[in-house]
Amino acid sequence: MMQQSLWQFVSEQHEKLFTQITQHLGLTFLSLLLAVIVGLPLGIFIARRRKLSGSVLGIAGILQTIPSIALLGFMIPAFGIGATPAIVALLIYALLPIVRNTYTGITGVDPAVTEAAKAMGMSRKQLLFKVELPLAMPVIIAGIRTAAVINVGVATLASFVAAGGLGEFIFGGISLNNTNMILAGAIPAALLAVLLDQLIAVFQKIKYHNFRRFWFVIPAAVIIFGAVYLSASLSENKLKAGFTPEFMGRKDGDLGLRSVYGLNIHPKVVNDAIMYKAAYEGELDLISGYSTDGRIKAFDLCVLEDDKKIFPPYFAAPIIKTKTLQKFPDLEKTLNLLAGKFNDSVMTDLNFKSDYLHETPEQIARNFLIKIKLYKNPQNGNSGTVKIGSKIFGEQYILAEIYKLLIEGYTNYRVETKTGLGGTKICFDALMNDAIDFYPEYTGTGLLVLLKPEEKTLSIVTQSAERTYRYVNSEFQKQYGIQWLQPLGFNNSYALMMRKKQSEELRIKTISDLKNYLNSN
Amino acid sequence: MITVESVSKSFGGRSAVDHISFQANDKEILVLLGTSGCGKTTTLKMINRLIEADSGNIFIDGKNIREQKAEDLRMGIGFVMQNSGLFPHYTVKENIETVPKLLKWDQKKTENRTEELLSKLSLSTDILSRFPNELSGGQQQRVGIARALVANSPVLLMDEPFGALDNITKSDIHSEFKSLEELKNKTTILVTHDVQEAFELGHRICLMDNGKIIQNGTPKEMLYHPENDFVQDFFAANRLLLEYKITTLKDLYPFLSDFEIDFSEDSDIWTILQKLSLDQHNMMQYEKVIKAFNGYRKSQIV
Repeated sequence: MMQQSLWQFVSEQHEKLFTQITQHLGLTFLSLLLAVIVGLPLGIFIARRRKLSGSVLGIAGILQTIPSIALLGFMIPAFGIGATPAIVALLIYALLPIVRNTYTGITGVDPAVTEAAKAMGMSRKQLLFKVELPLAMPVIIAGIRTAAVINVGVATLASFVAAGGLGEFIFGGISLNNTNMILAGAIPAALLAVLLDQLIAVFQKIKYHNFRRFWFVIPAAVIIFGAVYLSASLSENKLKAGFTPEFMGRKDGDLGLRSVYGLNIHPKVVNDAIMYKAAYEGELDLISGYSTDGRIKAFDLCVLEDDKKIFPPYFAAPIIKTKTLQKFPDLEKTLNLLAGKFNDSVMTDLNFKSDYLHETPEQIARNFLIKIKLYKNPQNGNSGTVKIGSKIFGEQYILAEIYKLLIEGYTNYRVETKTGLGGTKICFDALMNDAIDFYPEYTGTGLLVLLKPEEKTLSIVTQSAERTYRYVNSEFQKQYGIQWLQPLGFNNSYALMMRKKQSEELRIKTISDLKNYLNSN
Repeated sequence: MITVESVSKSFGGRSAVDHISFQANDKEILVLLGTSGCGKTTTLKMINRLIEADSGNIFIDGKNIREQKAEDLRMGIGFVMQNSGLFPHYTVKENIETVPKLLKWDQKKTENRTEELLSKLSLSTDILSRFPNELSGGQQQRVGIARALVANSPVLLMDEPFGALDNITKSDIHSEFKSLEELKNKTTILVTHDVQEAFELGHRICLMDNGKIIQNGTPKEMLYHPENDFVQDFFAANRLLLEYKITTLKDLYPFLSDFEIDFSEDSDIWTILQKLSLDQHNMMQYEKVIKAFNGYRKSQIV
């Protein structure tokens, strides 16, 4: 199959790209405006009451150090999903540079000049607007520039909470192993940062006099972008759907829903870490997920029956380079100890323990191995280190821990785990570059995301789970020198799910029911 | 007229100004003279309430300054500071127009007044559109003075106004300043640590030390009737020069005979001697003036 060039991708997706850029600018501008509205007065206030400056700047500094994903996570209970939590999070990141520079700018004004102003009979307000602010303006604008650049960067994460922006392409590309998609998001984001920085720099050079004539440009621009953003983000639908970036681009995902079911529901792109919770809290009505996910049980969701069979079941199995198996001769038989030890309900139960009962992956792994009588005390061996990888969701953390205990118990190798790798592409690249030695993968992902065969082959090999397994195993050996070890025994597949209560009220049991419901009025 | 009555100020328990009282009359330049840290600037800034006094009262034309809003008070007081204190983001024109704008003068009146002042301070109107950092130190200080005078306020306060200038520029500005019509109907208080400046510009001098006024009097009283050793010692280093400078031709008339060179009777002896010394032919005159001066001096010191 011919590789698509970046240009082809962009021209094919230009509408989406345009929407994402407007959303991105809208998020950045709106949050920046709010940050100026909050930060400027706050900076002026602490410049007047300098005793408070330490604590205010300290708090703003602490807010700045919260990792962006964590901050977005905190926002969901308070603001739900969509533009609001993203804008609030961006506002918080933009606050520190604006408050600090306003404070520094005003306190940096030559005291002789402010004294002269007072001596001439200026009131505090006149002093602020005629003397302090104009003289501090270059420093304040430098702060706004910093904030703008930070915000363009952080706004890529807005796609995690379904607020859109260029993050949809970037994280979609990472999940789908599509470099063009990553670049189509990353390059415009970088350009936006540079452009915005330079645009604001122009204001920095304008003398305050002329500035008075120009300043209305900023709110005008903000309002325009804000309006465009809102119009781009609004999608009329009876059910709010949120899918992961990977699901959006897969044949056994949104593409299949459109082509086989004719279901076009304008889904929002959302991170899978927060998707289930958003569904539980009613922020979303319809989400994509994995059939074995523990949160289905935990959040009382129900899986819609796939009556036209677009989500074929796939095996989960560790994948590993043949070369690595030779390097660690005991490894293959140890890993295969787990073959067939799982089934769907076992896996769902383990996931439930993690997602709902909040047991740690270590605890769950240990208890599970003891239960199936495979647990042995670690040998604390020292003949080489095996590195296990995992993707960034619960099931993979648990599997990685189980393998860790198994290898430590049955072999002389030491084990290192590298968990939470963000997406299929990152995991697979890590494996190819020997950053990790193996990780549990799903045959469907191997087929659709990594191998991407032609339509004809696809329809043949997806007829059964065994066929898919045989095909990916032989192709991986041929193309990458990687083997699929024996399957663990549970099937994981994509699924559409809703809150149980809502699905009962609306009488939606299958995907076709859903389609009929959406078409009904 | 400014009356200061038993005013005190301390900073963090340390007394800066200690029960000071003095009076500055109309049409008079009063100099607050003293070394750094003697409390002279604090005293000055209490008059326009840049610093609030801890106790005591200050009256301007009989009105207690605490009884009006600080801003209104300050709009009626011209203020000149060291290093001019001009607004760096305003042009010269905007700097000078600051107070008229606050007082909401109409534009025509402001412009006329600005031009009038510029010519009095020998500044060209070309500089109006320039920014302060494009001016020389002397020009900046002149603009600073223009800004303080523009609103015709009856009181002018000057805080080391010429402190940052070189000697030549300083003496130029001094002579211009002394002959400035504008000052004739004002009460001016000038703070300086420069003894010569104090004698050159001041009608009266308050010599301060450690937050107290040691002596308050005319330059002549300072030199010929010092109240104590501190005053005597304070002027010891410049004494002779100062004496020449404060003595006028008029003072010497009783001691002079057939002296015929046309100097005005207000010229000081220092200037006369300098001019005479330029030419060998004036040797006789020069010695006569010296002799007369010695006679005058003896009569004063008794």
